[in-house]
Amino acid sequence: MDLSQSLEIASCTDPGMVRSHNEDSIAADPANGLVVLADGMGGYNAGEVASGMATTVIISEMRQILQSAKPYDIDSRTNQQLAARLVREQVLKANSSIYHAAQSQPQYAGMGTTLVVCLFYDNRVLVAHLGDSRVYMLREGRFSQVTRDHSLLQEQIDSGIITPEQAKKAQHKNLVTKALGIDPTVEPEIREYSTKTGDIYLLCSDGLCDMVDDEDIGMTMQTLGGNLKLAAQQLVQMANDHGGRDNVSVILVRVLREYPGPRGVIAKVFGWLK
Amino acid sequence: MAKLILSMDGLVLKEIPLTRERTSIGRKPHNDIQIDNLAVSGEHAVIVTILNDSFLEDLGSTNGTVVNGNPIKKHFLQNNDVIELGKYKLKFVGEAAPAAAADKADFEKTMVLRPAAARAAAEVKAPAANPGGGVAAAAVALRAAAPVSAPAPQPAEKDAVKPAPPPPAAAPAAPARPAQPLGAIQLLSGANAGRELELTKPLTTLGKPSVQVAVLTRRPQGYFITHVEGANRPIVNGQAIGAAPHALKDHDVIELAGVKMEFFLKV
Repeated sequence: MDLSQSLEIASCTDPGMVRSHNEDSIAADPANGLVVLADGMGGYNAGEVASGMATTVIISEMRQILQSAKPYDIDSRTNQQLAARLVREQVLKANSSIYHAAQSQPQYAGMGTTLVVCLFYDNRVLVAHLGDSRVYMLREGRFSQVTRDHSLLQEQIDSGIITPEQAKKAQHKNLVTKALGIDPTVEPEIREYSTKTGDIYLLCSDGLCDMVDDEDIGMTMQTLGGNLKLAAQQLVQMANDHGGRDNVSVILVRVLREYPGPRGVIAKVFGWLK
Repeated sequence: MAKLILSMDGLVLKEIPLTRERTSIGRKPHNDIQIDNLAVSGEHAVIVTILNDSFLEDLGSTNGTVVNGNPIKKHFLQNNDVIELGKYKLKFVGEAAPAAAADKADFEKTMVLRPAAARAAAEVKAPAANPGGGVAAAAVALRAAAPVSAPAPQPAEKDAVKPAPPPPAAAPAAPARPAQPLGAIQLLSGANAGRELELTKPLTTLGKPSVQVAVLTRRPQGYFITHVEGANRPIVNGQAIGAAPHALKDHDVIELAGVKMEFFLKV
């Protein structure tokens, strides 16, 4: 099923005002309803290598697998839809390629990347993430954060050591507790949400949410929702206007119409006829 | 990152970032910066960069190396120093941000805090990578109940040569917004002619949805108008604007969805 008619996707990435190179990497496969954003870390250019590997591996592997398997198919072993398993497997694949590159080549030692993957299928979105890159959602004028960072700061907020207000001023915003490519294995956090027509999803690296208040991000998405490309550029520009101390990347996805997965016997018959 | 700007007779030829620890300058092709001019020796000079400091050293060249008009043997390069090699000039441009800011930027790099279990396995494979130890201990301690002001844990920043710098004493201050005159819009025609709208928000949309919408953005550089939707683009002083944001000047007249309005700055 081709989702490019049901989803509108716009993206923008920028090195920011301070850094000389962009360690973020973004990729999208509109037909399969897949978007990936990664914020790399590691010395010299290793960060770019890690984030680039993550997006390429996931996009290309998913594309290949989705030719035969469908995310809404039922897995015979677990009786669950396949999507979560497919995404998890590709994330693990990306993890081990980055990890092995880092182990075998000294210039890449210690490289890793944060990751957000969104797979849209069957009127739903599956969100897999690692680290402090985020997904936000704008639905009927309400703006909310979908993912919870895997960061020391978030853990401190959760355990009540500090308040979200204190967190805004904290110094260790940059310490993530989970990332892709750092350890031989990793467990991405995977959740599913149902989507509604008109929803706008924002995937962003910490270069945006550290620089711009959530309120302003929400307002921009709301006011410029009619022109997604402009909204993406505006968000990047706002981060740069506020200092742009890190690379900034955003992907915006708007649900234009419903995209239910085919179901039941009739659908199967149609499937044969095609 | 420090860089050199190569020029001849006031004409900029190229920019060379000093990414390596050692950057050689000379006429022969194996040099990092090759200057094909007979006044330049085969191996003329070298720039050694250690962290944020760069040192220029003459390698016993025939015609010598001149910095800011003075011949030198060895020189600690300062921002805007001009190195002269024959007809060529190399201008040294140091780190744009001051050292403190550079440290801060470094600290903002995303790093991974590794959980204790995974760390043991990784340590066997990459013994030289982790500084000291105590990552796990520190992380656990912080998870337990450490106050915010407690010393930050040593992150497992494996890529860095130096250990992570300690956190600055004060939280990084929010970037100061330069004082900026407030802009406003006054409607000149239509049902609400004469009404005034102050542009206090970073974004203000104008126009009629699904007919023509533009957005006014408030940025440190001033106000900009950008086309959002509709077949026609907004008109500023009689000229339709392009796809890019258009900077607004005091007393510009905007025409949007059939309504004229004037942009002005409040003093």
